[in-house]
Amino acid sequence: MDSPRQNSIEAHGLVREFKKGPRAVDGIDLRVDPGEIYGFLGPNGAGKSTTVHMLTTLLPPTAGTATVAGYDVVEDGPKVRKAIGAALQEAALDPFLTGREHLRLQTSMHGITGDERRRRSDELLTRVGLMEAADRKVKGYSGGMKRRLDLALALVHRPRILFLDEPTTGLDVQSRTALWVEVGRLAKDEGVTVFLTTQYLEEADVLADRVGIIDHGRIVAEGTPEHLKAEIACSTVEAVPANPDERGTVATVLERFGAQTTGYGPGSVAVQLTASNGNLAEIVRALDAEGVVLSQLQIHEPTLDDVFLAKTGRHLEGAGEEEVAEPEQPAEPARV
Amino acid sequence: MKDTISVARAVSWRVLHTFFTNKSFLLPSVLFPLFFFTAFVGALSRISQVPGFDFPTGYTAFQFVFVLLQSAAFSGVFTGFGIARDFESGFMRRLMLAAPNRSGILLGYAVSSLARWLTVAAIVTVVALIARMNIDGNGVDLVGLYVLALLLNLAGTLWATGVAMRLRTQQAAPVMQMPVFLILFFAPVYVPLDLLKGWIHGVASVNPLTALLEAGRGFISGRPDLTLAAFAIAVGLILGFTLWAIRGLRRAEAAG
Amino acid sequence: MTATALPQIATLGRRAVIRTARQPANVVFPLIFPMLLLAVNAGGLHSATKLPGFPTSSFLAFALAVPFVQGALLATINANVEFARDIQTGFLNRLALTPVRSLVLLFGQLGGLLTIALVQAVFYLVVGLAFGVRLESGIGGAALLLVLEALIALAFAAIGSWAALRTGSTEAVQGLFPVFFVFLFLSSMNMPRNLIQTDWFRWVATVNPVSYLIEAVRSLVIEGWNWEALGLGFAVAIGMSVIGFALAAHALWNRLERT
Repeated sequence: MDSPRQNSIEAHGLVREFKKGPRAVDGIDLRVDPGEIYGFLGPNGAGKSTTVHMLTTLLPPTAGTATVAGYDVVEDGPKVRKAIGAALQEAALDPFLTGREHLRLQTSMHGITGDERRRRSDELLTRVGLMEAADRKVKGYSGGMKRRLDLALALVHRPRILFLDEPTTGLDVQSRTALWVEVGRLAKDEGVTVFLTTQYLEEADVLADRVGIIDHGRIVAEGTPEHLKAEIACSTVEAVPANPDERGTVATVLERFGAQTTGYGPGSVAVQLTASNGNLAEIVRALDAEGVVLSQLQIHEPTLDDVFLAKTGRHLEGAGEEEVAEPEQPAEPARV
Repeated sequence: MKDTISVARAVSWRVLHTFFTNKSFLLPSVLFPLFFFTAFVGALSRISQVPGFDFPTGYTAFQFVFVLLQSAAFSGVFTGFGIARDFESGFMRRLMLAAPNRSGILLGYAVSSLARWLTVAAIVTVVALIARMNIDGNGVDLVGLYVLALLLNLAGTLWATGVAMRLRTQQAAPVMQMPVFLILFFAPVYVPLDLLKGWIHGVASVNPLTALLEAGRGFISGRPDLTLAAFAIAVGLILGFTLWAIRGLRRAEAAG
Repeated sequence: MTATALPQIATLGRRAVIRTARQPANVVFPLIFPMLLLAVNAGGLHSATKLPGFPTSSFLAFALAVPFVQGALLATINANVEFARDIQTGFLNRLALTPVRSLVLLFGQLGGLLTIALVQAVFYLVVGLAFGVRLESGIGGAALLLVLEALIALAFAAIGSWAALRTGSTEAVQGLFPVFFVFLFLSSMNMPRNLIQTDWFRWVATVNPVSYLIEAVRSLVIEGWNWEALGLGFAVAIGMSVIGFALAAHALWNRLERT
């Protein structure tokens, strides 16, 4: 029977420095328990993919240690690779091969041959809904189909741990949801440990048992989505005056209850309520006292973006584009 | 007319600026003709000793004419590559939207192609002179040689432009390049026409480029030959390919 | 080599072949272009056979050696552009995440290229024979020619793979084409070395390893069994293969930083 460690991921002080570049990963400690879905959330350039590359043995760490499936990522690279599956940020498919030929290649690389290869290929193609398209060249596949094939290839050898690096980027809502269902099923029904990186709040919220939020190569917050949001414990009130000229008045009133924040609708005023200050009834009374008529008033519960904002002073969405992009993979691999 | 010229000036400025400030464009344009010149003269000069090789000016001059014409034709083809690239990047759409008279776009590319080739031709000529190439023709003959090459450059540009306008993708490169390559090499490249035997003699005899090559070699050797035919063919190619290019432009406009 | 390595090499090689076969331009061009050039040169330079000391009366037979080298070059450049694309798209990372050993990845790539080059070589041989060229070395020579072709293809393939692995760039690999092209033209491809009149060119052709590859193939076609030419050709091909393979293996080790 597998020991618990065989399905877990641990990292201590993980660092990755690139030659003449910044520290893409700057001391990461994390632990992912067996059967858990761990969401690694952060903006572009935060260090998510670099972390995944280290944990999947594609890049050696500059410092720190990590064990995946009980094996050290530096000392026991081949053993780690046998135990894990990975669908990386690029779908990385050959446009001239068919789906089935990809599976043939992947099974061959894992030493699966003959009847077992055919059985496993058919099983996975059926599971990801690509049986009908199996003999078509990948260049004719949609983005969602490519991602599904990518997932199937990662599962060929029945890995105990699965790494998914931004698996739903660029997918439509339907394809994204389908992938979430499959990932959830893998963890729940098959006990696969999933390490998922994403820049989508909703994905982390829906899928992950626990979330680690990374920014500039460091984990700035970690916990269950509910726990992280509860830590902030601050709702946001958003008000839209019926008369746009009264926006200033609305802002003045609301600022009594908390700090103004951005990222909501045009023409609206939003403040993040402090823990001790304000409930909706008081806010409505205060606005009414000023004679302001509102066309819209909403209260938003805290999101992971609020968590990121609280920890870093920036919003998560768009944070990656604001900064100069940090290299997660240099063109010329650095020597360690 | 004023609009056409201002568009042409803008387009040609951009192409030439890109050409002269990017090594990846400039160097191949210059190095390939020089390389062919060096390789052909270096490897094959002894072939001028074959009985019947009647070209007293020398093998260097013999090959120089081919390389000059080849560089003229291929400068035109490279311009076509640039047009295809502009289509793929979306820049051509910007030009089409901005230009009050779109024929100016064609004129601009043609002018820039000519300027590019003149640069290459100057360098190749200097290298040939350093290699002690003989010139038996007089000033008028040499003007005739370079004008012929200029006309071929224009024909090549218009051919490639027409292809680029129709296909609007860089994958059209072989379509632009291969016919020009074949026409150049199915001509008396290495030896005079009389020394070709078999099928190649037949093909070269009807190849329009043969007249241009023979006329060019006549100019450099001071024994003008087939001059009228060569210029007539060159002008004919230009007229034909002008129509080809303009129709290509209309197709590109219709495609949006 | 473990029991799993051979099937892995075969699968990877098969992929390289399939990928080429499914891109018509990559199939047709390396077959047709060298033949076209051969036809042009054979017709255009036929009169060179009248030069005193020219080793044969058929320029076609003389020049038939060139497509073998040129075709190997074209095929390996194309295939290594795809290899560079694998690096750019992350496909190499996908393979790196499997238990497959690094050298197996390289052997698979090279094995596929070798297969393509051999198919081409058979085509050139058949075309040459169909147009009246007679192999002075006979059937044994034809077999040896294919062996030599395999080594020549391996040499170019390994150097191309080195470029692909070192740069991870399709443009850089494509940029090798003019470099190889220069080596091809500055050789004895169109004139026997002893008949090259221009001193500097003769010197360049003498130090150019491609000359010896061409001369070895040529000797099998027009001379029979010229052991000196064959020895030099094989030595150059093996030397280039060994150096190319060592460079490629080193570049692969650097590229796959995996632990």
